Amino acid sequence: MAFIDYYQVLGVPKTATEKEVKDAYRKLARKHHPDLNPNDAEANKKFQQLNEANEVLSDPEKRKKYDKYGENWQHGEEYEKYQQQQRTQHQGEPFTGGHASSFEGFGSDDFSDFFQSMFGQSGRSAGGRQAKFRGQDFNAELHLNLRDVAESRKQTLTVNGKNIRLTIPAGVENGQTIKIAGHGGPGVNGGPGGDLYITFVIADDPHFRRNGSDLYAETRLNLYTAVLGGEVTINTLNGKVKIKVKPETQNGTKVKLKGKGMPVYKRENEFGDLYVTYDIQLPTNLTDKQKKLFEELAGGGER
Amino acid sequence: MTNLIATTEICTWHEVEYTFISSLSDAGLLELRVVNETTYIPESELQKLEKMIRMHTELEINVPGIEAITHLLERIEQLQEEMRVLRNRVR
Repeated sequence: MAFIDYYQVLGVPKTATEKEVKDAYRKLARKHHPDLNPNDAEANKKFQQLNEANEVLSDPEKRKKYDKYGENWQHGEEYEKYQQQQRTQHQGEPFTGGHASSFEGFGSDDFSDFFQSMFGQSGRSAGGRQAKFRGQDFNAELHLNLRDVAESRKQTLTVNGKNIRLTIPAGVENGQTIKIAGHGGPGVNGGPGGDLYITFVIADDPHFRRNGSDLYAETRLNLYTAVLGGEVTINTLNGKVKIKVKPETQNGTKVKLKGKGMPVYKRENEFGDLYVTYDIQLPTNLTDKQKKLFEELAGGGER
Repeated sequence: MTNLIATTEICTWHEVEYTFISSLSDAGLLELRVVNETTYIPESELQKLEKMIRMHTELEINVPGIEAITHLLERIEQLQEEMRVLRNRVR
């Protein structure tokens, strides 16, 4: 746990007036407010720090305490003694006048440990961003691989201690987000619950490159099959497939296997295609006989 | 069927004036419903409304400002989606 310089966070001098603190906070909040920076975790974090700094510096009581003990916050024991003295001196009077208890359940974006150790769990005032009626939205990431999303499947997720049964739709794409209504934080004062947003993170597959619902793969082909024609076995998402190779197939030739791609998102029985590019392998370690035969071919070509 | 929440309840809870909510509706940013002379907000609009209330109370942005921001945020969301698709393509 590190000391946090709240003055630095807001970019104001220690001598700043209440108005200067307020202005600095507003100016920075307009820049980093999560509502103005959708899907930006960095801005969210920054805004959280701003809120915390503002919470302390805009409250004369908290600011006084921070100025007095902030730098010596590490001397835990002395600090504890001080706290105890305060409690005995002002019995019955709460150390901080927070109303945070009525806002339980919004803990996912709590203030820093530093703040908690100085002002306690109930140090947060009731105002500001906690005053929501509708419950908070939760965000979660689900890491999958390509084969996991090749068909719809049911999965049970545990989000904030609650089990949620979820059907992962086939063909979902990397970075795509689905909303599960009502599974976010609970609403306050009878307000509706927030939503749960699940973002799918799909790892790259070693064999297939994906573009929408189409897949791309490479397959090795030996020289003789390429020249004379024949068959090659291709790995698809759902098993091996044998296809015919035309004689005199050139290196880099692309063939399309219709319907062997990914399922199309939210479309029953529709699939993309698989494009296979041939990577023709030239023989190595030729025997003398093979070399001779190639020389013959080469000579034949010149004639 | 969507749940309806009385605007008076929202105004009390968020400490905003009714005129703020009605001007959002006038600007076409919010859908309100009137049932028996009482104005309600559909639950589906609540998230949007609370976002606009936060802009108003936390950032002191007025209704024309919120209107401009809403349009820009829509554009950002479209661009982010486009970027996601393009990023996947170059992987």
